[in-house]
Amino acid sequence: MLAYIARRIVYVVPIVISVALVCFLLVHITPGDPLVAVLPADASQELAAQLRAAYGFDRPLPVQFGLWLLRALHGDLGNSIATGRPVLAEVLRAVGNTVTLAIAAAIIGFTMGILLGLIAGYFRETWIDKLATSFAIAGVSVPHYWLGMVLVIVFSVELNWLPAVGAGPNGSNSWAWDWSHMKYLVLPAITTSVIPMGIVTRTVRALTGDILSQDFVEALRAKGLHETGVFRHVIKNAAPTALAVMGLQLGYMLGGSILIETVFSWPGSGFLLNSAIFQRDLPLLQGTILVLALFFVFLNLLVDIAQAAIDPRIKRG
Amino acid sequence: MLIKTTTRAALIAALALTTAAAWPHAASAETVLRIGMTAGDIPRTLGQPDQGFEGNRFTGLTMYDALTGWDLSSADKPSVVIPGLATEWKVDDSDKTKWTFKLRPGVTFHDGSPFNADAVVWNVEKVLKQDAPQFDASQVGVTASRMPTLASAKKIDDMTVELTTKEPDSFLPINLTNLFMASPAKWQAFYDKAEGADAKAKSQAAWAAFAKDASGTGPWKMVSFTPRERLELVKNANYWNKARVPKIDKMVLLPMPEANARTAALLSGQVDWVEAPAPDALPELKQRGFKLYANEQPHVWPWQFSRIEGSPWNDIRVRKAANLCIDREGLKDGLLGGLMVPATGTFEPGHPWRGKPTFEIKYDKPAAQKLMQEAGFGPNKKLTVKVQTSTSGSGQMLPLPMNEYLQQALAECYFDVQLDVIEWNTLFSANWRKGASDPSARGSNAINVTYAAMDPYFALVRFLQSSMAPPVSNNWGFINNPKFDEMVKKARQTFDPAARDAALAELHAASVDDAAFLYVAHDVGPRAMSPKVIGVIQPKSWFIDFSPISMTP
Repeated sequence: MLAYIARRIVYVVPIVISVALVCFLLVHITPGDPLVAVLPADASQELAAQLRAAYGFDRPLPVQFGLWLLRALHGDLGNSIATGRPVLAEVLRAVGNTVTLAIAAAIIGFTMGILLGLIAGYFRETWIDKLATSFAIAGVSVPHYWLGMVLVIVFSVELNWLPAVGAGPNGSNSWAWDWSHMKYLVLPAITTSVIPMGIVTRTVRALTGDILSQDFVEALRAKGLHETGVFRHVIKNAAPTALAVMGLQLGYMLGGSILIETVFSWPGSGFLLNSAIFQRDLPLLQGTILVLALFFVFLNLLVDIAQAAIDPRIKRG
Repeated sequence: MLIKTTTRAALIAALALTTAAAWPHAASAETVLRIGMTAGDIPRTLGQPDQGFEGNRFTGLTMYDALTGWDLSSADKPSVVIPGLATEWKVDDSDKTKWTFKLRPGVTFHDGSPFNADAVVWNVEKVLKQDAPQFDASQVGVTASRMPTLASAKKIDDMTVELTTKEPDSFLPINLTNLFMASPAKWQAFYDKAEGADAKAKSQAAWAAFAKDASGTGPWKMVSFTPRERLELVKNANYWNKARVPKIDKMVLLPMPEANARTAALLSGQVDWVEAPAPDALPELKQRGFKLYANEQPHVWPWQFSRIEGSPWNDIRVRKAANLCIDREGLKDGLLGGLMVPATGTFEPGHPWRGKPTFEIKYDKPAAQKLMQEAGFGPNKKLTVKVQTSTSGSGQMLPLPMNEYLQQALAECYFDVQLDVIEWNTLFSANWRKGASDPSARGSNAINVTYAAMDPYFALVRFLQSSMAPPVSNNWGFINNPKFDEMVKKARQTFDPAARDAALAELHAASVDDAAFLYVAHDVGPRAMSPKVIGVIQPKSWFIDFSPISMTP
């Protein structure tokens, strides 16, 4: 197991370097001026040159990349051009908010997904299955943006039960798990949860149906094992694949959704990316993409290790 | 029974005491105005805001003052420059590059330190003097380019400073509205405490700390700042201009870049005021009793013509025909739901820089068709023109639908309009500066980039003066008209304000007579708010004064 983990960690190194290179190059090859956030279009050439030098954009790209990577390895992603604030602090704060949202959405989405998947799997081809499957398809198909707006119109505008936007009450500078903060989380979390809910439902349904139709289940039942015991076997056999799917979904959620976070003005990584793109804030854009990509890489690593721990066949592979 | 009576009496007494205790509290209940901005982040708070004039509106003119300011007290008259932290100013008679500014006595920063000549010099040097400890490259762009001729500042005495320009420039007092005075004492305290490898790193750390705990001289003081979430300001009861001490106790600024989210936040009572509500929600907002405000802004939505060799716009008949072929009222009432003012130039009648153009920009299709026929075009020989535009962008209003409207309208005057749609930042930051002859223009002979018309340099000079051609500034089409150059020079070198305004009016009238642009619309800065918000005056400006605003309980 340790050798497997070590091997997986070694594989991560070239991926991380490639990710860093792609992050750096992606924002440099797009047209436009990297200083647009601080340099109005009518700025003189002299001023533009002066600022380009001040921010180091006058150096050759390989030099810029080398310096950026070196600083990044020391935990310094530079300062945002638009706000002057350190990129790392900006990204970590935003990621923190996105993680909060992702946790809430994962709890809702995975719980609902597993529940609906199991019910549908156990009652295949019945009206219960059709209802659960329809729910799952709707979850995957409904546009986030639209669903978010509908929830806001119903629960904020018409019923006035929940806030429409933001991540906490006035006067609050940080997140807390109390109702005054959590009520801001409800609508974006439900909106975020529908896709993972749908995907997990379909995955668990398929796995449950497949496992229940296998010979060993028949054998267990023939031996007189109680249905609870059979259920335990179903769960154990379905877990590795379901876990992998949920890990991927969690990864997507932790990446933040530009649309959902913008609709709800939720100050997470998607909202930050939106701002960075619109302001063309290169260091912020690079830093955000890099941190999110690394997050995704390490999450995949953790999922792989967790899968290996649950299913010994993976280690041998 | 006795116990019951005593208990009841005690309860009544307790209730009375509680109520009495609540009276003074209720009488002095804090009034809070919550505003949903269009920005995706709180504009920078350290004195020179980013995010264009929305930044100046919310974190510039609230917490800070400049030497000169804008009169925002009228909804009917154009906003003009008035004294701010300077009470008077004059240019040196013998050397027109030197200006003397007399400073307002008795003004203090929010931290209690005095505003004086040293503070002015320090603030000029924060963006102009690269070896000054407080120099901050991130503040240069939004300052230096808005006052391109300012060269240096010198203290004469505690209450007098001398500002020097690179060349004689009568626009300086107008441009200085953009240089906000931050507290040197507060910054120095942060600098002294800052950690860093060198002076530059310490300076950056000091500015970062200053942005979280800012200090200006303005009518509002920062009390709480959560980046990307909210900025809370309280009234500065000691503000130097007693007439502009805010009536509201607290103002909370919330970034909400999505129009539907802003509108929902207003409808659900989460905010009291939103900038630019979703246009299709306006009827519902009205129906539910919300107030809507809009007024002509110093803003132009144009096509800027290419005037390079071979451009079809080099024929003035074609330029005039395009200007006469647009039904601006139809555009206003139809597509834009009333949220625009038809443009008949950069400045409209009543503005001191309007002048008296002889070419009247209006909808006159027969006249437009006649001009086109005189220029050699007709139903069977259409003139193909290509315009570069964007899908979105600051101030661009609804660029694609508006351009498609123009496309249809101009087709009736024998134009075949082709649209080249590119990403906003690329259009604004790269293509606009490269000019019509650059490959990035992709053969376009017009560009659709909106512009602010607050000051003469931004509104006229950078487009009309030949020396402002790319790569220097935004004369995208390479207009090269000696008459314009002469008029710019005259306006810049006329130091009597009334005479300067007259010179600018002449320049503007000449540009309209020359149909220099296809003038289409002015934005109106729509905003919606709760009926509880009263005393709002929306001036003909990008800015608004929050001081006279109050709220009903």
